[in-house]
Amino acid sequence: MNKQRIVTITSVAKEVVGITTLRFHDENEVRPGQFYMIWIPGIDEIPMSASYTTAEKGITVKDVGEATKALGDLKIHDRIGIRGPYGNGYEIPAGKVLIAGGGTGMASLLPAAEMIADRDRVDVLIGARTASEILLLERARMASKEVHVSTDDGSMGKKGTVVDLVKEHLQLKHYDIVLGCGPERMLSALLKVCDDASVECQLSLERFMKCGAGLCGSCVIDGVRVCKEGPVFSSAELMKMKEFSSTKRDECGRSIKL
Amino acid sequence: MSSLEASIGRLSLRNPTMLASGIMDETAGSFLKVAHAGAGAVVTKSIGSEPRNGYANPTLIELDEGYINAMGLPNPGIEAFAEEMSEARSCPVPIIGSIFASSPKEFAFLASKMQSYGAAAIELNLSCPHAKGYGMELGVDPEVVAAVVKEVKSSCSIPVFAKLTPNTHRLLEVAKAVEAAGGDAIVAINTVKAMAISAEMRRPILSNKGGGLSGPAIKPIGLRCVYDLRSTVKIPIIGAGGVEDWRDAVEYIMAGASAVQVGSGVGRNGLQVFEAICSGMEAFMEREGFGSVRQMVGVAHE
Repeated sequence: MNKQRIVTITSVAKEVVGITTLRFHDENEVRPGQFYMIWIPGIDEIPMSASYTTAEKGITVKDVGEATKALGDLKIHDRIGIRGPYGNGYEIPAGKVLIAGGGTGMASLLPAAEMIADRDRVDVLIGARTASEILLLERARMASKEVHVSTDDGSMGKKGTVVDLVKEHLQLKHYDIVLGCGPERMLSALLKVCDDASVECQLSLERFMKCGAGLCGSCVIDGVRVCKEGPVFSSAELMKMKEFSSTKRDECGRSIKL
Repeated sequence: MSSLEASIGRLSLRNPTMLASGIMDETAGSFLKVAHAGAGAVVTKSIGSEPRNGYANPTLIELDEGYINAMGLPNPGIEAFAEEMSEARSCPVPIIGSIFASSPKEFAFLASKMQSYGAAAIELNLSCPHAKGYGMELGVDPEVVAAVVKEVKSSCSIPVFAKLTPNTHRLLEVAKAVEAAGGDAIVAINTVKAMAISAEMRRPILSNKGGGLSGPAIKPIGLRCVYDLRSTVKIPIIGAGGVEDWRDAVEYIMAGASAVQVGSGVGRNGLQVFEAICSGMEAFMEREGFGSVRQMVGVAHE
């Protein structure tokens, strides 16, 4: 049962410009890749991936609208409502793991990297538009011995996308799984690169979400609920989806081109 | 061998479980998924004349004994819904088009559209407890309900079901009005008016403040309504409210329902809820010597 509870913000950290991490205490067990429904009274309730899944849970929020701005303005001791965690989360197999995050996608992936105790078993690739937007780099370096960065403008690391980096790594080394999260255009390219290299991947999707609990159907993609069967989907599941990287649904459920 | 086949008037179902309106039923992909999971029919999300966003979040809260929701009738509008219905043509079970409107004429327009899209029946949403100008605001007045049913009946040839609200002392009068106006079946019940308040935040949680309670909490209310309706009208009744296992379904059928709708049960027990209800009911019927669902309908009255 996922009753709503009110939690107090225990820490606020500015990660990069416009992106804030809020920590709070929640005794529920959370798997990397799962999400909370976060209530900001009087404003909205929105799904947010857990960016910390240890005792002190956390979310990492990019200011993109009214609700996320309100979250970014919160201070220690402020309170929010939470429901969840919801969704399936990443399934981390034995063997070598490659993590690829674009933009705020890193927030859902880092807990997965941190869960892998052996730092040699996980490599992390972080992509952003420019150096100042590279997210959670220090945490990634704590979790993995091999962390690489790409920027669209070449201001840090390799010039290009994180998918370019993935492609290189898949040629260099053997990986048993690729975990990815980021904009859908990136995920679509990532799926193709993994498929070409015959490496399994698990990608975390985003859709407009209303109830978060598998009831309302607003986040459905090809008959599958992103909030319940997802948000993390396997290569095989993604390959079957006609709506993946082509359409999404708006608030009233109309199909719109991506 | 007991048969799970059910009928609501002239509509035949492979089993008496139906997906309730509002749950996972906005898209063709969802209908198909639910049909393949074992439901005997699916009812669409309530569709109106125009696209509608519904209310801001929070729109749902979970309780031990159910949910309180105020979605606010989000839907893509009847024109855009054509595409979903067309994609759902391969659906192996009947699709029942749920519609909401603010006047008999508008209901009739939507019903004729739904029929042209291939809907097997119409479900009139006369019972949403939290939308201004719609749902139960019309559905508690027998005269208005009669006018709606009459107008819709004259605009389409498929069966017309009226989904009624328990939030009135006039339920039985409304049901009689549906029957007199030519309605083909009654669906009861929709959610019960409810609210949740956060003590720490000192305010109602849902953005709409008020919402509708569903799930096991309302099953006894639904059973009583169905029982009383069975004593009042002759047209078939479809039971809804807290059905999540075979026993709930059997109880509704014994109270007088010809079939049951499952909504919250999908959220609480997963999509396997339909198959679980059916296999449990079949085993019960074998044990108790019921050869068909029809034999169980209303036996609690005997």
